[in-house]
Amino acid sequence: MFNFQTDRDSRRFGWVISGLAVLVPASLVISASAGSIAIDWSVVVETIRTGRPSIDHTIIFELRLPRSVSALVVGASLSLAGVLMQALLRNPLADPYVLGTSGGAAVFALIVMLLGLPYQTVSLAAAVGAVLSLALVIFLSRDAGGWSSTRLLLTGIVVASGWGALISFLLSISQQSQVQGMLFWLMGDFREGGPGFLHCLVLLVVLVFSLFSSRGLNLLVAGTLKAESLGVHTLRLRLAMLIGAGLLTAVAVTLAGAIGFVGLVVPHMMRLIVGSDHRRLIPASLMMGGSLLVITEMLARTVLAPRQLPVGVITAFVGVPLFLYLLRRGSRTQTQ
Amino acid sequence: MTLLSAEGIEASIGKRVVCRDLNLSLEPGGVWSILGRNGIGKTTLLLTLAGLRPLNRGHIRLGRDPLDQLTRRSRAQKIGLLFQNPEIQFPTTVNETVMNGRHPWIQRWRDSSEHDQSIAERELNRVGLQDFGSRDLSSLSGGERRRVELAALAAQETELVFMDEPVNHLDLHFQTQLLKEFLAECRAKARAVVMVMHDVNLATRFSDHLLLLYGEGETRQGPVELIANEENLSRLYQHQLHRYQAGDTYFFYPA
Repeated sequence: MFNFQTDRDSRRFGWVISGLAVLVPASLVISASAGSIAIDWSVVVETIRTGRPSIDHTIIFELRLPRSVSALVVGASLSLAGVLMQALLRNPLADPYVLGTSGGAAVFALIVMLLGLPYQTVSLAAAVGAVLSLALVIFLSRDAGGWSSTRLLLTGIVVASGWGALISFLLSISQQSQVQGMLFWLMGDFREGGPGFLHCLVLLVVLVFSLFSSRGLNLLVAGTLKAESLGVHTLRLRLAMLIGAGLLTAVAVTLAGAIGFVGLVVPHMMRLIVGSDHRRLIPASLMMGGSLLVITEMLARTVLAPRQLPVGVITAFVGVPLFLYLLRRGSRTQTQ
Repeated sequence: MTLLSAEGIEASIGKRVVCRDLNLSLEPGGVWSILGRNGIGKTTLLLTLAGLRPLNRGHIRLGRDPLDQLTRRSRAQKIGLLFQNPEIQFPTTVNETVMNGRHPWIQRWRDSSEHDQSIAERELNRVGLQDFGSRDLSSLSGGERRRVELAALAAQETELVFMDEPVNHLDLHFQTQLLKEFLAECRAKARAVVMVMHDVNLATRFSDHLLLLYGEGETRQGPVELIANEENLSRLYQHQLHRYQAGDTYFFYPA
């Protein structure tokens, strides 16, 4: 029997997803075992399984796992935000960091922090900032025929540097005692305590919605009019993507500051492995992005221990060469 | 039964009026070509008839239903559209592209069925690209890509088939072969076809009706044998054309 979605592709996707399903918990265990006090992997698994109180238990559950789970949520959010922004803008180079969406979220969050408003409002402010910033980039970079790639990236980069200047301004007028913490947060730092319920809920809702819209997204990347001619309500879908990508960026920024390249590298990487079909790309990117950031967060804690590096620096170190390698490999297989 | 009827429609792009008070009825099995100079609004008119651009005035009906009251999905089950120059931003395979044509027929929460897959396979066979299924679209030549898009359009199985320069990028062999086969198939299935054409001779050879866009909203329409003459076409292109008889057929040649 002829199978249009070739068996080979389905089997391959099955393998990739199974691999990722192992990678996610494995990355959490590895991350929980590494640190200034090394805990053996088997001990980590045993401690999590039995839940017996011990020093290891305290270290794992109060110090390491909350940060790792935050990293998982942030990585998953950024990757999904990247996928959605790339589909929304029909541009494979779109990313929350590059287009200034993270910057917008950070500025709004900083203002709320400086005003000394309660912690909950920080998330809200970040969400407003992210959605506004993305909408601004879209509005400024569109012309009659749609979006041109160069114009979009230039607008995004200029908006991002505008937010950067605002951040510097806010830092320079704030008190010396606050600046160090804010700087570290901005470069990508995981706060104590795991992700809140709201953060997880946002990720889950946007994920479910994106999965249900994934065939529409496949058509959207082929062109707005084309998608419309095939029955997709493109205005509604794009608006939903805009809000979804903005909210996910806000989740990432409130949990860990501005971390770059995850939203760019992970979808690219997964596109080369599982293809561009969003029904496969979304779950694969989500899981890969999550575990990638868990590992990165662990490296940030351990590479120069006891010194902690900002996670954003590590994502750039890991992401840039990996991206270049995959891009090169991808272009080679295509020409063959 | 008339598949599409336009009554007194006016369409424009920016300040330029494309057609004014145009009446049109598309019957099953009919093949229309829209002709006109560059930038006169042929594509705009095609998109308007497909319900993708707003009308200034008038009504378009599909059968008895007003076009603007159909849901997007049921409209996409009735009108298929081939675009002029689709751009590829993301890697996508030939199979995926053809399968996109089935989108309006697949339930929102469900995956494609074997029926959808066999239709996609059949159409890919028809354009001679059955071995290209898992190839990346960007690795194909312009002509091959055009054939993939035609296969996707056929897989959509609509009663109205709109094509913006369908034989763009195709070589001589595929231009005639595909038009011949594709249009014969459309006629056999009682579909109505509207094509935007650049080549006058392909238009007169393969369609039965012509719609000429003169600009400033002025249009002229009718059966090919009544409309395709030196006077109309020379005025249309603002360039002298001569008609030459060649056996049973004829062609136009620019002076």
